Order: sequence, then structure tokens, then C-alpha cells
Amino acid sequence: MKVPTGAEKLIQCLEREGVDYVFGLSGGAAMPIFDALVDSSIKLIMVRHEQGAAHMADGYARASGRPGVVLVTSGPGATNTVTGLLTAQMDSVPMIVLTGQTISPMLGKDAFQEADVTGITYAVVKHSYLVKNAADIPRVTREAFHITNSGRPGPVLIDLPKDVTQGPCEAAFVDRVDLPGYDVPTHPDSHAIETAAELLKNAKRPVLYVGHGSVISGAGKAIIALAETLRAPIVNTLLGKGAADETHPLHLGMLGMHGTAYANKAVVDCDLIMSIGARWDDRITGKLDEFCVDAVKIHIDIDPAEFNKMVPADVAIQGDALQCVEALLPLLERADTDDWLATIAEWRRKYPLKYPKQGGLRAQHVLDRLHALTQGTSVITTDVGQHQMWAAQFCLSTTNRNWISSGGAGTMGFGFPAAIGAQFAQPDKQVWAVVGDGGFQMTQAELATAQNHKLPVKCLIINNNYLGMVRQWQELFYDNRYSGVDLEGNPDFVKLAEAFGVKAWRIKRPADVDRILKQASEYNDGPCLVVAEVVKEDNVFPMIPGGAPLKDMLIEKPKTPLQKPTGST
Amino acid sequence: MTVTSVQTRELSEQGSHTISLFVHDRPGVLVRVALVFSRRGYNIESLVVSPAASGGFSRMTITCSGETATLDQIILQLAKLVDVVSAIDHTGDEAYETEIALIKLDVEDESRTKVLQIAEHFNARVVDYAAKSIVLRVYGSSEKLDALISLLLPSGVGELVRSGKILMARGSQST
Repeated sequence: MKVPTGAEKLIQCLEREGVDYVFGLSGGAAMPIFDALVDSSIKLIMVRHEQGAAHMADGYARASGRPGVVLVTSGPGATNTVTGLLTAQMDSVPMIVLTGQTISPMLGKDAFQEADVTGITYAVVKHSYLVKNAADIPRVTREAFHITNSGRPGPVLIDLPKDVTQGPCEAAFVDRVDLPGYDVPTHPDSHAIETAAELLKNAKRPVLYVGHGSVISGAGKAIIALAETLRAPIVNTLLGKGAADETHPLHLGMLGMHGTAYANKAVVDCDLIMSIGARWDDRITGKLDEFCVDAVKIHIDIDPAEFNKMVPADVAIQGDALQCVEALLPLLERADTDDWLATIAEWRRKYPLKYPKQGGLRAQHVLDRLHALTQGTSVITTDVGQHQMWAAQFCLSTTNRNWISSGGAGTMGFGFPAAIGAQFAQPDKQVWAVVGDGGFQMTQAELATAQNHKLPVKCLIINNNYLGMVRQWQELFYDNRYSGVDLEGNPDFVKLAEAFGVKAWRIKRPADVDRILKQASEYNDGPCLVVAEVVKEDNVFPMIPGGAPLKDMLIEKPKTPLQKPTGST
Repeated sequence: MTVTSVQTRELSEQGSHTISLFVHDRPGVLVRVALVFSRRGYNIESLVVSPAASGGFSRMTITCSGETATLDQIILQLAKLVDVVSAIDHTGDEAYETEIALIKLDVEDESRTKVLQIAEHFNARVVDYAAKSIVLRVYGSSEKLDALISLLLPSGVGELVRSGKILMARGSQST
């Protein structure tokens, strides 16, 4: 039998891992691997920019729970994935990034398109490998797939010198991993579970605070059962959206900086808050010294490094969110929290999400109608900024893995390629990318990728011709001194789409919204694009200024000027 | 170059810690460990890497300074690294610690006797005896080395090389 090359062995290893798509862009150092793909069942999705490939793999992973795979060449090909790696690392997304590298004798000698890729990426990966020996390929690949999607998921990079992939690889496939430094927690500690159950039983005003860990774990139904037993409201983070059905009566939607007023008020007034796979991020806690000072805090997380990082917990339970909630359920009995729920219902009535119905086309209106059309059953990806927060507020998610957004890194340019990846992962679902005009232009070249594959992904651009969120902060906190926010020179997005052969519509008036969204929804001959030309200057509320305590939430724009925020950003 | 001042550690200085790591001997493990510290602005004072008893593994002993709360986070982040098998903070533990120093002194005849007297008190051995210089080798606790060095400074310390602290937990406790 012919001895396979390192590249052929690598591709065989990917096939054994169940990989069906690889998102990538070729180049000299990666040529043996691209060559090996020709004979493989794995489909190559060729992109226009490596950042797009990384976000597609990310969207694929978040929509399916399976690792997304990226294949790029050395040097700039590899460095173009760094933003995608950061995005995946911050949001705990399983991803394998394969990078071509110069031949190993040339390492460190400034060869053409050489970059110290493992060196550049140490800080943005869960783990990484520089393969110096073709015989290591099966072991490294198996370890990488094990590491990327177990415990707290995260991206793994494999740097592959061209002589290693071009030369023979006689090593056998590897099934078992031997990683003495890598543990995946098994069952949650029963003592911690019992202590938490006692605290939950004694709580009069509990809140369940649900994060991305619950999405990854698929804990949603168990969380609903827990909420119904405890008669406790649920709030979720931006990334926790959809883990538990946001339309459930006990669900208060998103909390934090731009969360609903009733979610934040519930957190301010609760006597117990239990994080289920959330990490008390600064967007959630606001000013840390004043966050839930008197409330009991329970923290469920698979990553023990999250315990006491931001908030000291009364009980910390290390484990998978679903396993922990399932362990808690039998220890609890139906609680009476009628007063608490009545208070919350009053807040919900008094402080609903709202937006002006006059004065032109509003992003909130478009997204409100998108939700009415899709009912939380479509996959929605977003970019970063005002449109993201409005989408989070208005597009309630009913199904796990239907909401995909860059949270920790806040990566502009994420939304559209992530939607492409999600569509490959979920071919039977409708996928909408909700993006801003700023972020979309960072990765708009991937219109070609979507069009090549006749992918029925739908892109909704909320176009206000501004970097809207920064403009909002300049309006509120920087005395209206606009600096670097005017996107003058934007293209005509409809013409731009048409140049790629992509069907496009423009929404100018509120009366057009339903009709055009429906047309786009029903369009099935490849990708399509809708540009909503919304009012230029609009603000996202509620808002907790960065670094302010939750109780200082602004329901609307205050009459008096605001101090500059003290929080991180 | 003559060393004019040597940073000395006070005994049990607040914020000074000793960490022991047992690591899988894989390429890049040292960088990954160092990045956990540098990202949080934590200063590594000494770092000793040596092969462990079992093949394929290494020991790292790290002394560092900074806030204790940050250190707790650092220990957890170190333990999370795929190549780190265990990370233990030995600050305040009953562990045996030692360090070696080589000290080159520029000494003329008149100061030589005084230096040798000091050396004898610290069990420091002369390992190189030249016309205008001597080299002392001394081992013991880092604090003992600090004390010796501060006594020798007025006599003209020319070069100083310290190994960094190594440590082993006593009895049945793990390092």
C-alpha cells in the first residue's frame, strides 16, 4: 500500500473526526493539504479572506456544537485568523485552525511568508501545536479535537511545516489521548450541590442567571424545569440567549448593560443569584463593588478559573451546566415566590422595551418585525454594536444554538461570515445575519462565498451610516463631539450585492418592512440582502453606563449631561 | 561592571510567592507559563526549570511578587494549561527551600581577609582564587544568600549569578 503523505494522513484524520466542511484559503505552504482535499469527502469552502474563514468555522461550531475547521496558509494567511481565534477563545467556541508553515529547516530564518504563528497566537488559543514530525500528525489531530470541544471549549491551532505535510507519514491512527495535564470534570461535587440546594430553598427572591455554558451544555430544558420548581425568574447574558426559551413567562430576557429594565431590576433586588455557565462579565455586573452585595451567589462553571475571578461565590460548583442543574432538581421542591413574581410583573408592565413609533424608520421596528416573522425559530447571527443590542432585545430566541453573536471579543465583521458557517451547519434552518453598515463592510467580500454555494443565507443590514454605538457614547458622554464615527462613503449596498449577483432589497419606510422581510424570507435562490435605511441618530436603551452600578440604569436619555463612564469600555 | 545594588528580599515580604509546577515537557510550555504571568502584570523574580524524575516531564519553581488575589487567579490559569499537570502555591508551606549563588569579588590583598572571614561564616566556598579576584559559591535559603550578598557589597561584588530558588515539600506532601 502506498504510504500517505503527512497532508493525506491529516485529511484522513479529519475525516475520522467527522469533519464535513473546511473553511479556508490556499497559499504556498498549505498546498500539500489543499491537494489532499481533492480526494476527500470533506468539502472545501473557499473564502475571500482568512478572517471570514475563521468566523465561518465559528458560526458553524456555534450552530452545531461540532468544531469548525479552518485551513489557511503560512504568514499573513495565518495572522489573518488571529481575530477569529480571539473571538472563539473569548466565547469558548470549538475550532481547529490548520496553518501551513514554511519547511522546518527554514523555521526562524525569515523565509518567504514565514511567521512565528504559534508564538503570535499563544494568547488566543486553548492550545496549539507546531508539528515537526509527520509521525505526530495522528496524535496531534486526535488531541486537538479532544481538547477543542471538551471541558470549556476553545480554539486549537496546528501549525504544519510544508515538508511535514509533503513527506511520508507512516504513523497509525490514534484513538486514545494521553494528556496528563488536561482533566475534564466529571460529576459535580455532591456536597456543593446539597449546599446550593439549601440556599435555593431558603431564597425568597431568586434569579437564575444563564450564560453561554448553558448553551454549550444544552441545559435549557432543565433550567426551565428548575425555574418552574423554584418559581424563579430567568435572565440570560447576550451569549446565553436561547439556552432557555426566552418567551417563557418566567424569562425576563437579557440582563446587563443593554438588558431589559425588568431583568436588571430583578438582579438588583434579588436575594439569591445563581450563575449557570456565565462568568459575571463586566457587561453584566456593572460596578463590581455594588453588584448584588447582599445576595447569595451560587456559581456553576465547568472552568474553575472563573470562580472568584470577578465575584466571590457563596457556593462554587464545578461541572457541566446540565449535569449540575439535573443534580439540583431532585433536591428542590416547589417554592412560593408569588410576591417576588408579582413585583417583577409590575416592572415588566411599567418598564417595557419600547421605541419611538414616529420619526422615520427605526432599527428596533425592523428587528421587532423580524422577530414577528421568524418567531425565534431562525438562526440569527449579529455583528457588534447598536444593531446587536437591539436584536438581542427584540429577537427573542426560543431554541438552543439559534442565537450567534460575538460577545467577549466584540468582533465587528463577525456576523455575516458566522451566518454562512451556521447555514452550512444547519441547511434546513433559515439563517439571518443582522449586521451594521460598519461591521458588514469588514467582511463583505464573503458575499462571493455565499453566492458561489447558492447558500440561502439572509443578510439584514441596519444602515445608519454611522458606527452607531460609538456615536451614541459620544453623544451621551463626550458632549456630542463626534470623532471617527461617520461612515461617509458607504457604498450603495443594494448595488454592491447585485455586483456579486446577490438579490437585494432596500427598506426606506416603516410600511415596507413586513413586505420586504417576507420576500427575503421566502427567497430561496441563494443568498439575499436587505438594507434597512434607518434613522441616523438613535440610541439603545435601557443602558447602564460602563462601570456604573446596575441601579443607575438609564431607561431613556437623561436631560442633564452624563459623566464619562469609568468602566473598561 | 560592578554591581552597586542588589535587590534583596525581606523575609516573608508581603506579595512574594513560590509556585511549583509539574509540566509535560512539550515545546512552548515555558512561553505559555510566562504569558499567564505577563498578561496580568505579574513579575517573575526567578524561574528554575529542570527535568523531573519521570521522563517527559519537568519541574518549574517560580518565585514572583504581586497581589495575592491575582496570584490565586494565576494558579488557576496555570493549572488550566494543557501541558501543566499540577500547579501548587507553596507560599507559607513548611517546604525545604534552597538556592545557589556564585559571587565574584574584586579583592585586593587588604580586603581579602575580611571577605574570607565573612564567607566562612556563611559556609561559602572559594571556587576560584585569582590575583585580583575570588569567586565564592554559597547555597542555602534565599534569605541567607541575600544577607551574605549585602555584607559583601561594600567589598566590591563584581558579578553575581543566582540559581533561583528551588523547593520541595516536606514529608508526604506533594511539590
